[in-house]
Amino acid sequence: MSNRMAAATDWVLARLPVDKVWREHLSEYYAPKNFNFWYYFGSLAMLVLVNQIVTGIWLTMFYKPDAALAFDSVEYIMRDVNWGWLIRYMHSTGASAFFVVVYLHMFRGLIYGSFKKPRELVWIFGMLIFFALMAECFTGYLLPWGQMSYWGAQVIISLFSAIPYFGEDLALWIRGDYVVADATLNRFFAFHVIAVPLLLLALVFLHIVALHQVGSNNPDGVEIKKNKDSRGIPMDGIPFHPYYSVKDIVGVAVFLIVCSVILFYMPEMGGYFLEPDNFVPANPLETPEHIVPVWYFTPYYAILRAIPDKFGGVLAMGASVFVLFLLPWLDRSEVKSIRYRSGLFKKAVAVFVITFFVLGYLGTQPATPVATIFARIFTLLYFAFFLFMPFYSRWDKDKPVPDRVTENRSLIASFQDHCPKAKSLFCQVTKPVAFQLKSGKTVRIRVIDFQGIVYVIKESVAQFKNKK
Amino acid sequence: MKKLVGIVLLILPMLAQASVGVSLDEVDVDVSDKASLMRGAQYFATYCQSCHSIKHMRYSRIADDLAIPEKQVEQELIPGGGFLYSSMTTAMSAKDAEQWFAGAKAPDLSLIARSRGPDWLYTYLRGFYLDAARPFGVNNVVFPDVAMPNVLWEMQGQQKAVFKKEGKTEVLDRLMLVEGGQMTPQEFDAAITDLVNFLVYAGEPAQLQRTSLGKYVILFLIVFLVLAYRLKKEFWKDVH
Repeated sequence: MSNRMAAATDWVLARLPVDKVWREHLSEYYAPKNFNFWYYFGSLAMLVLVNQIVTGIWLTMFYKPDAALAFDSVEYIMRDVNWGWLIRYMHSTGASAFFVVVYLHMFRGLIYGSFKKPRELVWIFGMLIFFALMAECFTGYLLPWGQMSYWGAQVIISLFSAIPYFGEDLALWIRGDYVVADATLNRFFAFHVIAVPLLLLALVFLHIVALHQVGSNNPDGVEIKKNKDSRGIPMDGIPFHPYYSVKDIVGVAVFLIVCSVILFYMPEMGGYFLEPDNFVPANPLETPEHIVPVWYFTPYYAILRAIPDKFGGVLAMGASVFVLFLLPWLDRSEVKSIRYRSGLFKKAVAVFVITFFVLGYLGTQPATPVATIFARIFTLLYFAFFLFMPFYSRWDKDKPVPDRVTENRSLIASFQDHCPKAKSLFCQVTKPVAFQLKSGKTVRIRVIDFQGIVYVIKESVAQFKNKK
Repeated sequence: MKKLVGIVLLILPMLAQASVGVSLDEVDVDVSDKASLMRGAQYFATYCQSCHSIKHMRYSRIADDLAIPEKQVEQELIPGGGFLYSSMTTAMSAKDAEQWFAGAKAPDLSLIARSRGPDWLYTYLRGFYLDAARPFGVNNVVFPDVAMPNVLWEMQGQQKAVFKKEGKTEVLDRLMLVEGGQMTPQEFDAAITDLVNFLVYAGEPAQLQRTSLGKYVILFLIVFLVLAYRLKKEFWKDVH
């Protein structure tokens, strides 16, 4: 029996290189051993992609892409299809989770310089994935055919009409009608379930192949392939499987817990994941008071509204995404990781993060005159981060980069490392207390020490006075 | 200093938004209170269903979810002509609606609690006041010039609006009961809470399963996390 099994396996392997692929991409793909928290999001993005595809297949079994039936078919899924509510919430929560994960994944690339030589193509494919993902979510958001689906699509498609000469015709061609209508819904369904997912899968494949060709970056930005042992294995590398496969499962468990809390206890996420207005069927005759895109598009929406001219706004919004493609050529510093770059770059990144959040917030709010002024200031800051990068990244005085990767520290340890002040402050305002459990065991815990707090306040006041 | 700049940058845009709109009264609904849901369903059948439907809700679902005998549902909730597995439609025909309410069709209330929110419904249903200028003699605090009459006046009585001067304009200050109904204000508020509770349930009947299933899923995942973490520790022992 086992002989036959072996023979059958050999027969397959002679014809299909399953073992070779397994070795090259998993059991003998050497990844740096110092991956930290930020390195969970790549595999999580893959998990969410699978979730979206699987739940999406089930949703298409019951969903009707027809303007007269779409809204009701979603409610049919929510109420009459067995477990339909779970599958629909997995899909809707997954859509937002996808963006959370992808934004964090991109931020990781930004701070550790994962887009730099030799990983430019990895970054480009990643950005194309991000672009396809935006298209996927935009087309998918029309499908429930609620008020926000409808008017969101109406607003975004009408942006194309701002393009001179052929804009109006282009918008008409996209919609298939003079307003968003049944024809639009039907073609968006086709894009959402076939065209864009195929593109996404192809791009994810290329993203990973390109990554495995050059190898993964790491929090130190050190090329592990420069230090190999006698067998040609990077000395700071460990096989992806089993080391990172078991580690990523821990990340998956935490991620699923967070998602489950949202899915089971707050699937609308306070109106950010499922907007209240989208529980009203699409009505072409009644415009909602203010049209808000879903949270993950709001930074770009704020940039769009910040520009007084419609076409200018469209260009700025396009540029705000496109400029990310250029990152490998905008950053002129030789050093990859933020750990070995000096203050200027760190400050620029900090301002950029704040800018992104503020623009995201402004995008959810009505465009009052004051809000518009803020949107303009932060739009300038957003672009300044990229446009001045060639200069500040070159002038920056980077620190020496080690030859080998440094030891990876736990989150708590690195927090204490980065914030010795916070640690000492914590020790000052708390005091150790021995606490006896019912079992008779004594444990030492720290409780709040009011005298310590008063002392800290007095100290800081005195310090402040001294400075003056 | 850096932190301060960061905080200011974050907070300033929020200050740029002025809050507008009527303040809503808060309602404390509890969809696990089956008795309250049943009372709410009865109020709905008596006072609302002659004009409004909940077309996505089936009577059989109510019987199942609230653990009420089907016979009782048939007797107390289903109007003549309906049967257990049909959805909660209204008796009013579209043609009548057009005639009686000048084209303003009474909306389906399947998802009203999800689009408006329970607080809005609670404030709306208690917010009718006498206004001779309106066709049905009443207006509403959160839905000005609404086409709906105050069908709950029998229970609530009639309210009058009290205005106050704010600068040069008169604004609505509060509502005052001028004619008592069958219920005391407390009883009426409790009845409306039941009705809103029912509408919240009807907006998403699956929330009963969702919240009861969720804790087991999360508990399983926590156990899974512990096992996964220990597995990781075991595998990573030899990595330094």
